[in-house]
This record gives sequence, C-alpha cells and structure tokens, in this order.
Amino acid sequence: MSEAAALAQPGSTPRAAAAAAPAAHDFLVRDHHPGNGTLLGFWLYLMSDCLIFACLFACYGVLGRSVDGGPTAAELFELPVVALNTALLLLSSITYGFAVIQMQRRRRGGTLAWLALTALLGAGFVAVELNEFAHLIGEGAGPQRSAFLSSFFTLVGTHGLHVSFGIVWLLTLMAQVARHGLSAANRRRLMCLSMFWHFLDVVWIGVFTFVYLMGVLP
Amino acid sequence: MSQSDPGPAGPAALPHERQAAGVHGGDQDEHDDHDDEGGASHATLRGYLTGFFLSVALTALPFWLVMGKVIGNPGMLAGALLALGAVQIVVHMVYFLHMDSRSEGGWNMLALLFTVVLLVITLSGSIWVMFHLNQNMMPMSPQQMRNMP
Amino acid sequence: MGIRVSEPSELVHLLLGRLTLEAIPLHEPILVATFVAVALGGLGVLGALTYFRAWRPLWRDWVTSIDHKKIGIMYIALGVVMLLRGFGDAIMMRAQQAISFGDAAGYLPPHHYDQIFTAHGVIMIFFVAMPFVTGLMNFVVPLQIGARDVAFPFLNNFSFWMTACGAALVMASLFVGEFARTGWLAYPPLSELAYSPDVGVDYYIWSLQVAGVGTVLSGVNLVATIVKMRAPGMTLMRMPVFTWTALCTNVLIVVAFPVLTASLALLSLDRYVGTHFFTNDGGGNAMMYVNLIWIWGHPEVYILVLPVFGVFSEVVSTFSSKRLFGYASMVYATVVITILSYLVWLHHFFTMGSGASVNSFFGITTMVISIPTGAKIFNWLFTMYRGRIRFEPPMLWTLGFMVTFVIGGMTGVLLAVPPADFVLHNSLFLIAHFHNVIIGGVVFGVMAGISYWFPKAFGYRLDPFWGKCSFWFWLVGFYFAFMPLYVLGLMGVTRRLSHFDDASLQPWFQVAAFGAALIALGIACFLVQLVVSYVRRDALRDATGDPWNGRTLEWSTASPPPAYNFAFTPRVHGTDAWHEMKRRGFVRPVDGFVPIHMPKNTGAGFVLAVLSAVCAFGLIWHMWPLAALAFAALLVATIVHTFDYARDFFIPADEVARTEAQRTRLLASHV
Repeated sequence: MSEAAALAQPGSTPRAAAAAAPAAHDFLVRDHHPGNGTLLGFWLYLMSDCLIFACLFACYGVLGRSVDGGPTAAELFELPVVALNTALLLLSSITYGFAVIQMQRRRRGGTLAWLALTALLGAGFVAVELNEFAHLIGEGAGPQRSAFLSSFFTLVGTHGLHVSFGIVWLLTLMAQVARHGLSAANRRRLMCLSMFWHFLDVVWIGVFTFVYLMGVLP
Repeated sequence: MSQSDPGPAGPAALPHERQAAGVHGGDQDEHDDHDDEGGASHATLRGYLTGFFLSVALTALPFWLVMGKVIGNPGMLAGALLALGAVQIVVHMVYFLHMDSRSEGGWNMLALLFTVVLLVITLSGSIWVMFHLNQNMMPMSPQQMRNMP
Repeated sequence: MGIRVSEPSELVHLLLGRLTLEAIPLHEPILVATFVAVALGGLGVLGALTYFRAWRPLWRDWVTSIDHKKIGIMYIALGVVMLLRGFGDAIMMRAQQAISFGDAAGYLPPHHYDQIFTAHGVIMIFFVAMPFVTGLMNFVVPLQIGARDVAFPFLNNFSFWMTACGAALVMASLFVGEFARTGWLAYPPLSELAYSPDVGVDYYIWSLQVAGVGTVLSGVNLVATIVKMRAPGMTLMRMPVFTWTALCTNVLIVVAFPVLTASLALLSLDRYVGTHFFTNDGGGNAMMYVNLIWIWGHPEVYILVLPVFGVFSEVVSTFSSKRLFGYASMVYATVVITILSYLVWLHHFFTMGSGASVNSFFGITTMVISIPTGAKIFNWLFTMYRGRIRFEPPMLWTLGFMVTFVIGGMTGVLLAVPPADFVLHNSLFLIAHFHNVIIGGVVFGVMAGISYWFPKAFGYRLDPFWGKCSFWFWLVGFYFAFMPLYVLGLMGVTRRLSHFDDASLQPWFQVAAFGAALIALGIACFLVQLVVSYVRRDALRDATGDPWNGRTLEWSTASPPPAYNFAFTPRVHGTDAWHEMKRRGFVRPVDGFVPIHMPKNTGAGFVLAVLSAVCAFGLIWHMWPLAALAFAALLVATIVHTFDYARDFFIPADEVARTEAQRTRLLASHV
C-alpha cells in the first residue's frame, strides 16, 4: 500500500506524516489467512462427547450393582458375543485407517472401497448389539428391570447410537466423495470422521473393560 | 509480506476449494496436505498395522484373563483389566488418532489431558461421594438394623 | 397390517398425544391477562414489521446472518426480553411473600407459585445470564483478537437459534400446559413421573436440551476461534483479559455442559422409558442426580461470572486510563479458577449426608477457590490507584460490582464451612448469597459490558443520565431486596415458601418487596435509556470508533464495524495493542485494499433449530408421529446442508475501498 497516501487526518502534510508515522506494515498484515479450525473444533466436540460418556460410566459405576433382586451381570453377559463385537469394531478401525491411507494417496476408488467395508463392519457391530439387546429384553432383563440394567442399556446403547450416526455420516461422506472427489473440504471431513470413528473404539475399550469384563467379576 | 504466526501450527491454510477466486495462486493441495491432519503426523500403513496388532493383543489378553479365570483375586484381576484397557487406549491415541504434542500446536494434547483429568474427577469423585452417601443414607437391611449400636 | 381406527378420537389421540384443550389455562386470570398482553404486543410487532416492510431485511440481515456481531446483538436482545419475563416472575414472588402471612393466603396458590420460582430460576440462568455473556463474548472476542468472524460462523448462527428456540419452548409452557414445579434443577424423585406426571418437567428437560446443544457448540466455536484466529503477533499472553476469560469460560462450557445433557437425558429416560436411574424403586438413586447436576452446576456459575470478570478488567483499565495491574496474575487466577471450579461441587449438598471426610474436602476446596477471585479484586483496585478515573456508567457498574460482589463472596465463604451450611442450607440466606453474587457480579457486569460496547455495536453511546438512573435504582434496589433475606435466613426461614405463619417476619419481606420495586424502576430506566439514546443518537454519535479512548483492538474499527471488521488484519506487538498503535502514531491506510473472503448468510441454522423445537414439542406432549417426523426432517435437513459446499464469497476490493472511504470522510468531518 502507498504509505505516502496514507492520510487519516486532514491538515497534516504528507511529508510530516511519512516522517512521523511508523510504516503501516508494522501494524497491519496485507493478506492474512488464519489456519482452518475444523479439525481442532471437531476434536473439542469429541472432548465434550467424552464427558457425556464419563457421566454414563459414572452412573454405571455407581448403579452397576443395583440389581433390585433381578439378574446380575454375571448371569446375563455372554463374553464370546462381546469378543465378536470387539473384533468387528477393531477391524472397522483398521479398515478406516486403510481408507485414510488411500485418501492420502488421492485414490478416490480405494478410499470409497475401504469406507464401504468400514460401514459394513460397523453395521455388523450394531446388528450384533441389537440382537444382544433383543435377547436380554426377551429374557425380562430390559432397561426397566433395575438400575444396573438401565445404566447398562444406556451406556452401551449410547455408544451404539454413536456408531449408527457414524455409519449414516460415513454413507453421506461416501456420496460426497463420489460427487466432489477428494477435495480439501472432503479430506477434512474424512479426517473428522476418522477421529470420530477411532474415538468410538476408544470408548468401546472402556465399555468392554469396565462393563463386561469387570461386570462378570464377583 | 511475512507473517508471524503465534499459536496455530502449520502454514496459513487456503480457505476453500478450487472455486475460490484467483487471489491465491499455486497448488492448493500442497498446503492442504499439511492441514489435513492439522500439522499432525501423516497416517502410515506401518503405524496402523502396529496399532492394530497391539490392540488385538491387548484385547485378547483381558478376555483370556476373565474367561479363563486366570487370576484368582478379583481385586487384582480388576486392576489388571483397567491397566490393560488404559494401555490400549494410549495405543489407539498414538497409532490411530495420531496424538502427539505437536498437533494443533499442542492444543489437541492439552484438550485431551484436561478432559482426562476431568473424567477422572467425575468418575472417582462420583464413586467416592456416592459410596459415602449410600453408606450413610440408603435403607439398611434388617441385619444392619439389628447390629446398630 | 393396517391400523384400524375405530373412533376418530384414537387417531386424534395418536396425533395429539396428551395435548388437549384443557392445556390452555383459561381458568388462570393472571395467565389469561399475560396472554392478552403478549398477543397484543406481538400483533403490534408483527404489524410494525409489515408496515415498515421489514420482513425481508429481518430475514436477510438478521435471521440468516452468520456475522458474529449481529449474532451477539441478537443474544443480548434475547436476554433483555427474557429478563422481563424472569423479573416478572420475581415481582410476583416478592408480592406474594410480602402479603401471605397467617390467615392471608396471598394471590398465588402453591401450585402456581411453585411454577413461578422454577421458571424464574431456569429463565434467569439459561435464558438471561447465559445469552448475555454469550452475546458479549460473541460480539467482542473476534474484534479483540483482530479476526473477521468466529471459526465456525454457520455453527454460531445455529447455536443462537437453538438457544432462542429453547427460550420459546419455556415461554410456550405459559400458555400451553404448565411448567415444572420442582425448582430450577428439577431434583428427583419429585421430578420423576410418579410425582410430576404432567408436562411441566418435560418442558424443562427439552427446552434445556435444545438450548444446551447451542451452548456446547458455541463453546467449541469460541475456543477454536481464540486458538486459531488471533492476529499475527498476538501470543496468548498478549491477549486482552476479556479474551482470556472468554477462553476459560468456553473451555468450561465444553467440558461442563455435557454433564447437564447426560443428567437430563437420564431423567428423561426415567420419565419416557421407565428406567430406574433416579427412581425410588428398582435400585435407582436420586442422590446420583444431585451429584451429577452439581458437577455441571458449579462450573456453570463460573461460566457466568468469568466473562464479567473480563468485562471489569477492560472497563477498569480504560476508565482509569491505566494499564491493567497484574496482567499475568489475572491470567493465572482465571486459569486456576477454571480448574478448581471442577473440584467444589459437593458444597451444594453438604447436608445430603456424605459425611465429615467428604464434606471437609469440598469445604476446603471451596474456600481455596475464593482466593484467586480475591487476587482479581486487588488487581482492579491497584489499577484504579493513581489512575485518572472517569465515572461513566460502565465504571459505576464496576464500582457497584466490587462492593456488592465482595459481600456476596464473603457469605459464600461462610457457607463453605459445612457446619454453618447445615444451618443455612436452603434458607433465605442461601438465596441472598447467590443473588448477591449473580446480581452484583453477572448482572452488573453485563450492564457494564453493554454500556461499554454499545457504541461499538450501534455507532452511538447510550444516554449517560438514564444509565446512571438505572444503575442507582439497581444498586439501592438490590440491597433493599436482598439484605433482609440474609437476616431472615439466619433466623431460619426456608426458601421456596409461598406462605408464612409467623407475622413478625412480614416487615422484612415488605422491605424486600420495596427493593424489588426499585429494581423494576432500574430496568425501566434501562429500557427508557435505549429509547432515548436512539432518539438522541446524533448527539451521542461515536464518529471515531473509539469513544472511551480504549486500549484493545476492537476500538480501532469503525462504530459499527464493517461486515469484515478489519480491512487489514492487525499485527500485534504487545498487550493493549490499540493503545500501542495510537501511542506510536499509527495512521490508517486509505488505499491498497484487497478482496476479503467472507462466509455467506444462510437460513439453515434457523430451519434446523425450529425443527428441533418442533421435535421437542412433540416429545413433551407425547405426539409421537410429530416428534418422529420432525426428527427425520432434522436429519434430512442436516444431511442436505452438508451437501452445500458453496458457503463463501469475496467482498471485492473496490467495495472495501468504498466502505473505508466512508469512514475516512466521517473521521475527517468529526475533526
């Protein structure tokens, strides 16, 4: 910019202004672009989500033995099913990882393929979980039976809801990648979903450790 | 002109896609590569596979400990399970979430640490408080009534 | 399988849930009168909008705006409107408590009175105080850090409309159905289905859940903004103190509000699905709700007060014409308060029975947390010492705050001692304490902030005479209204009572009612001030953009700032960046402008918020098809919105030049 013309106050001569005033670029930047905040923002949202789960874990921790004379964790939990679910979710994490690697190599087809596999594994996880819930409810061990079961269904169910929303998001993103390719915006979205997906796996570690494995202990 | 960037990691991002008016020349993808992971390390096949196999091991182990009734003392077993779970969470953070102290200029790590601290306070605080409340305030069994001083 | 509807009423029942004509309280004269007044007023507003052909500009420039300045103004406007409702509740309570002794039952039956004190608390905290501080932070922070907008402008718009829709739901409960009668935190078992089967608690739950989503997203937004969008050279320790307090506040929002969300969700599961989290039977534990809700509740009060501490820092240094004393210690104090606020929550239920060891721990942490606040008071005093103090309205509010908040803080430390709290818990002493700190702190701070930044937002100052009138009525009114309550509390009077047997207490309540009347005058003076200032705006014009000789970057812009805030992003070399620029003879460039990248306005935030509110209404009234439809629509609308990639545009350089030239002319004419 022309500092000689940089006059805000009338009445002062250009020469005086140029001599007395410091260079404008001491105080101003011509073309500033702040860094994109999407990934940080999404991470912060995940932290808030983490605290929702913290409350649900706290509830399970406090109410987990309040069975009201009804069925206990040891009686109800089928650990092989839990192992299967854990395997499905862990596998879906690695398939998403492979999708990210394809994305880094800008391979649209490869990205979409691994995303599709992730969605399938995620859907499998949700299906197994729904089946488990249906089975428990059928046995009379639904969320209304006792505080233990209320907190179990809510904690595990909230996680499953998150996975379900993740799958919806994944399918939407697949459509968007198919349409717009691996643009900067889409890559950012894929990284956000990556964080979400891995975060859900982290929560699941807490679930299978704290709820299922410790739940069946005396 | 040069810009001194105080806090945010990574160079100035290009705000939007190719449709943006030609104020910004150059290949946007070059810049965007750095912004994808917000300055964090790139995902690598080796990293994911390492994380995966570690996770498999750290999952199989606790399941085996419980289903095989390997450790007799339930307190010790619970401790082992929690420890293994914590380690696996760290594995996920490092290998899958690419957590390190550099991403987003350290803000990701700071946010995570702060959240973990609050999580611990919420969990342990609630359990401690509720344990005492339950002990003092919840209905007593007939046996407890009989043993009142 | 077909649904055979044998009678029309079955279909009606399916569609309308438990909503019937009885939900409209035609038998309550106060509500009918309120509705008539609101309807007439509303029709007047709608008529005026039509007459002045303001619908299109309203939608285009305000409802769909993603500009943080407009959103900030809308938050404050929402706060003012809801203040009138919340204060109406307060006047009604004071009036009732001033007359209802012995045989005199007063004019409010307990059924109604209980809804009033519940609504008063909910509205004042969630729909007055929160919007006020959020509005101030929204408006000021991007300007203070030299940014053009917040990190996520669309999300900002969406957050505002979610808060507004939450407020709308609470207001709807006035005329359709009832509100909760449980107090503002809705403790179970009273709030459980067995004891509150009606819609009141459901209105409470869903309005807070809707507003809560907005709040958390706003928190994420402002943290990301402060972290990522500071001007070059503005390191953390060069940020204005208000921005520091905004950062800590929004960090607290991000980590505390999820706890509220979870607690209310669990309560709603108990009410809708029949779970046993907090019920008396089935293994439920009502005390767990109290525990969780206060894990949220204590950080919440710091969310309210930290921003106003920031306001006072800015005001004290500006109106003492002096750099803030102890910048670094202010920052550390704020951060320490942020962390400690998560370690004191049990002091809200010392009497619930956790025992001496637990109570002592939290009593000690509660006393410790008062220390950083004390440090701040000293810093403000040292800033004023040997300063050239100007007693403009913002400074008056600040001085009123310093005296009043210190008293309130001291009563807080008194209550932090568990044995004392056993006597005073849920007495009027507690009521006096928290009103002391909230009014003395948050209200006075918001009033200071509004009068301080009003010229920046609207281009003219608020009329000082009416501002001072408002201040004095508020200050004197506060003391008359709440000092008697300290005395009554020490005498043992319980909160939330609508009738008393002991007539010797009446004079105290009458004094309190007089105080409330003075505060009403204070509010009236504020409203008059708004009108008079608008009428006299040319005389009160702020032509330079810097009416108070401010020290931070927002005062370097025009009043009001252009949409893009800064034609060129500032470069910062120290704290009090604008003060430095003035001191070193900064001269504003008048050419060489570049195109500026801006986000587009959008109606998506409004649409999504309204759909959320419709879904909530359906859930409240058990109108399952409506709720399901609205939820599906919400999902679809969200997905559709994500397919919109063209959300930005460029302001061309010559338009920037024209806007800046306009300011150059204004500055020249002012000289």
